[in-house]
Amino acid sequence: MHPVLKLVVQRIALGLLLLLAVSAVIFLGVEALPGDTAQAILGQSATPVALENLRAEMGLDRPPLERYLSWLGGVLTGDLGTALSNKADIAQSISTRLGNTLFLAAAAAVIAVPLAILLGLVAARYVGGWPDKLISGVTLTTISLPEFVAAYFVIFLLTQVFPIFQPVSMVLPGMGFWGKLQAIALPVIVLVMVVLAHMMRMTRAAILNVMQSAYVETAELKGLSPMQVVWRHALPNAVAPVVSVVMLNLAYLVVGVVVVEVVFSYNALGKYLVDHVTKRDLPVVQAVGLIFAAVYIFLNVAADIIAIVANPRLRHPK
Amino acid sequence: MRIPLSALLGLVLTGGFLFIAVFAQFIAPYPIDSTVGGVWDSPSATHWLGTDTIGRDILSRLIYGAQITIFVALASSILSFSLGSFLGFLAAVRGGLVDQVLSRIVDLVMAVPSLIVALVMLSVLPLNLTVLILVIGVLDSTRVFRLSRAVAVDISVMDYIEAARLRGEKQSWIIFREILPNALSPLVAEFGLRFIFAVLFISTLSFLGLGIQPPLTDWGGMVGENKGGLVYGKSAALVPAAAIALLAISVNLVADWILSRTSSLKGGRGG
Repeated sequence: MHPVLKLVVQRIALGLLLLLAVSAVIFLGVEALPGDTAQAILGQSATPVALENLRAEMGLDRPPLERYLSWLGGVLTGDLGTALSNKADIAQSISTRLGNTLFLAAAAAVIAVPLAILLGLVAARYVGGWPDKLISGVTLTTISLPEFVAAYFVIFLLTQVFPIFQPVSMVLPGMGFWGKLQAIALPVIVLVMVVLAHMMRMTRAAILNVMQSAYVETAELKGLSPMQVVWRHALPNAVAPVVSVVMLNLAYLVVGVVVVEVVFSYNALGKYLVDHVTKRDLPVVQAVGLIFAAVYIFLNVAADIIAIVANPRLRHPK
Repeated sequence: MRIPLSALLGLVLTGGFLFIAVFAQFIAPYPIDSTVGGVWDSPSATHWLGTDTIGRDILSRLIYGAQITIFVALASSILSFSLGSFLGFLAAVRGGLVDQVLSRIVDLVMAVPSLIVALVMLSVLPLNLTVLILVIGVLDSTRVFRLSRAVAVDISVMDYIEAARLRGEKQSWIIFREILPNALSPLVAEFGLRFIFAVLFISTLSFLGLGIQPPLTDWGGMVGENKGGLVYGKSAALVPAAAIALLAISVNLVADWILSRTSSLKGGRGG
């Protein structure tokens, strides 16, 4: 087998193994915590007999490992069980919301990625100069803000001070693509703000790292213009680190989405998760938690693989 | 030693926040939980920052909120720090199986975003201060573990460690008397970053309604209580939001300064 292919297959296998371990932690680890699902449903005043009956009905009297395996089997065949709070089918509830979450995250990524790379390039080109200082200062500020704080400043600014947008983001089934885009403008702005800072700082660091290498110095010494040095010599070598930076930050977006959806009452996966944590609806929390974990792990593995494929030096591990 | 203006500003503001947190009971003009005005009154001479969604004095709640926010963040970052750095040093010194097991457990926890893990845990655990501190502290200790292990691995190949080993010193001596003093400076800057992370984490959880529960309050919870007013142009929610941002920026300025003065080892804030 080709060594690159072998490395890639290894990473994928490692990712799957990690996901399996995470699923075990989400299911069995939660079992180990103090707390009882039957008690949570019936409340503190429940009689022991009622508790016993409910446990038997829900299969809670079976050993944890057996329940984990049947849960895992269900997950693999698309059966995520039913919610405790309203007996709704979890897989169905998720499938209608997953699209909304992906739409929001994709829109944010499409804007944030090119912008972050451009700003990172500018900051690296003028390192130490005023554009670098300005960009670094602004990003240091936004990095210090949690998503919901940034969100409310943006809301206040763009709905009250300059009334351009509506404060609530409703994506309704009948809406056209442009209507949907307009509805999610505010949450997208917030997500871009939050992700941009991390992505831009890491891009700048990755490019500066390349800029300090010997071949860049040679290019400078033979009299190429600074933009030519960046464009022809630094950028191709910076592609691999920049791409993995982008992937890592898209994974960061996964968390940002949860909070931003709650802020804007955007009916999608993150809000669904938080609502059901409040209701202590464990099956829903486990299923959605596993989906978020899977996306996160997938993006991290993808970052690894792109780094391997893009960088010849990584193809020959010593 | 010249302290740059930004770091000085950060130090003064951080000190001010700590002072307010410690002496909240004496500074706050009104009790934390009594209605003393109308709904969302504008700032006035009697209520400097106005009143909140049920007519409580925002300034007083902000001051009491500082106490809770900073207490929880400090307690959980101390926990994450002692746990993470001790295990990190242990993994570096022992190596072998201990290192493998600890590192793989940390990899596993870090394979999922902290907020998601915390949400899953909080859907089962009771919501009180101890649980919150434990959850934030343990989740965050993974980052401290990675950093302190890396620092300690660098240090443990030094000659003075070898000398201590040959002298027949015990493992605890090597960890606490040889490695710890030499690893201190990168870890101090990291403590600042971990503290910010804990502030943002507890604020986010409280904002989602899963952190500090009434009658206590913290800044994230206050943003959540007053968010409804924004649509009507009532900016009450922005006051605690600005407090969170200001505290995070102040500590960041100090940590950045310490970091630039010490080594190139950096730990990110991360998700």
